[in-house]
Amino acid sequence: MAEVQISAQRPRRSLWQRSRDFPILPLAVLLIVFIIPAFFAHWIALHDPYVPNLRARLQPPIFFGGTWEYPLGTDRLGRDIYSRIVHGAWYVLAVSFIGILVGVVVGTTLGLIAGYVRGWFDGFVMRLVDISLALPAMLLALALAAAMGASFLSVVIVVGFALWAYFARQVRAEVLLLRNADFVARSRVAGSSHFRILFRHILPNVTNTIVVLATLQVGIAIMLDASLSFLGIGIPRPTPTWGLLVSDGRDFIATDWWIAFFPGLAIMLTVLSVNMIGDWLRDTLDPRLRQV
Amino acid sequence: MNTSQTDALLDVRNLKVEVTTKAGSFFPVNDHSFSVKSGETLGIVGESGSGKSMTAMSLMRLLPKHAAKIRGGSVKLDGRELLTLSEKEMRKVRGADISMILQDPQTSLNPAFTVGDQIKEALKLHAPGGRKTLRERTIDALRRVKVAAPEHRVNSYPGEMSGGMRQRVVGAIAISCRPKVIIADEPTTSLDVTVQAQYLRLLKELQDETGMAILFITHDFGIVANLCHRVIVMYAGRIVESGPVAKIFAKPAHPYTEALISAVPSLHGQKERLTTIPGQPPAPTDIVVGCPFAPRCQYADARCHSEAPPTVAADQSGDHTTSCWRAVEA
Repeated sequence: MAEVQISAQRPRRSLWQRSRDFPILPLAVLLIVFIIPAFFAHWIALHDPYVPNLRARLQPPIFFGGTWEYPLGTDRLGRDIYSRIVHGAWYVLAVSFIGILVGVVVGTTLGLIAGYVRGWFDGFVMRLVDISLALPAMLLALALAAAMGASFLSVVIVVGFALWAYFARQVRAEVLLLRNADFVARSRVAGSSHFRILFRHILPNVTNTIVVLATLQVGIAIMLDASLSFLGIGIPRPTPTWGLLVSDGRDFIATDWWIAFFPGLAIMLTVLSVNMIGDWLRDTLDPRLRQV
Repeated sequence: MNTSQTDALLDVRNLKVEVTTKAGSFFPVNDHSFSVKSGETLGIVGESGSGKSMTAMSLMRLLPKHAAKIRGGSVKLDGRELLTLSEKEMRKVRGADISMILQDPQTSLNPAFTVGDQIKEALKLHAPGGRKTLRERTIDALRRVKVAAPEHRVNSYPGEMSGGMRQRVVGAIAISCRPKVIIADEPTTSLDVTVQAQYLRLLKELQDETGMAILFITHDFGIVANLCHRVIVMYAGRIVESGPVAKIFAKPAHPYTEALISAVPSLHGQKERLTTIPGQPPAPTDIVVGCPFAPRCQYADARCHSEAPPTVAADQSGDHTTSCWRAVEA
């Protein structure tokens, strides 16, 4: 007969134990490709990303006939692809971070209030959410670019606009459950105001959701930023955002493939790692979101 | 009745609450009058949907705003009318003067905060103080509800506690600001029987200690016999009988009370089938002509079905009243 051991108490997994599931490889990739370049571009870049060097035009990367001077090759003006990617990381990071922040603040605030007060305000916000989800972000980006000119600000607005509805919808759904929770009633009974209940009792219960959702949106934000730049309605030239770098290489893809390939690879690796970390965070913080 | 009115701590007169739904409007609290003195426990008994919780919520002025409205009457706490207070003034009353223990300890604590934080919240709202004094008073509140090792327990999350322990914490929050009246809405329903008994004993001790009045809402006549001094019995939104517990148990004046008491299982005596009351209470939106209990009443006659009975004294002393035609005739 097999021996069965039953421990009296299910051992609680400490944060340290749970951290062993942490996706180390994605984090390492993210650091190398995205975070470190974004903050230390000036130290690790080999060349000035803006200065053309016509004598070194269209150099192939190393292992494909190139030299260590230009490890990832050069574009048609002789600018170092590696240095341009490294310098572009900062803009990608800033746009996605601030854009998501805008989305989080707007979406969470509206979702909280809508779910709590219900009534006409709830209906109004939810229709805005429907509209926002139905309206292509690209269309808004084009309109904004036409109206105020493409700039850092316009890209941030577009990213925020594209994402706020997801936060509003998710937060509202959770508030609808929480507002009827007994601890809300109990706090009312103890003499709390609506404001206090909303921000002291309900908001802390949705922060996990917000954090998880925000992490999962980083990938979408980066892709959106890259798409906008690729289409020429992102942060304008000569800023080397990654989408713009891919766009630069478009005409040369058949002959000088590295111009588009390496920025594209950077986008892919970054989005992939962020998504994997986001998945881990979701599973760790909020088991309820696993189905989403 | 007039003698008790003068020293009543909480005095409710002709309270009427109207609820409007798509199916129509009705009065779940219909012309209620009762009062509680300091140190007294008043039981409110009735089956689901008889308006017990509605009564409690209307005393706190926490009825769902869009559906329920107080349509008249008065609620006086220490001689002060609560129904005309502004929302801001009412917030100061809640928790400080009247407090409430809710039914389910699993959900009445916020899972995102430690129990200490949640007791502190109630304290901060009504009696602000420095970090250290607040912490001491929090521990003190836990000690009063007999939580073991309160210095450690303040840092626990609700999820780390048992149901009975959590309900003690809910109790600690409710009594933390030393309210004059505490409304306990079936606080022991979700606890198992031994824990229930401990909790009731605790409530009694706290009452002896502080002299607070308790409004104990329940559907369990066993608890009423144990804990309450006086009891009101509700049926379909009306108070059908009220009086001292001993009198009501000895000689229930309303057939509904009589049926309820005989439905309580007894530990002693012969094992027999529990009695039940045939039929069902009227749906809230039904228009009731006559006595609402008449269709289920074994004594009902033609008048019971056609005319609503008045509230009359059930005996000479005047502290036992009922609304039943049989008492009128007697």
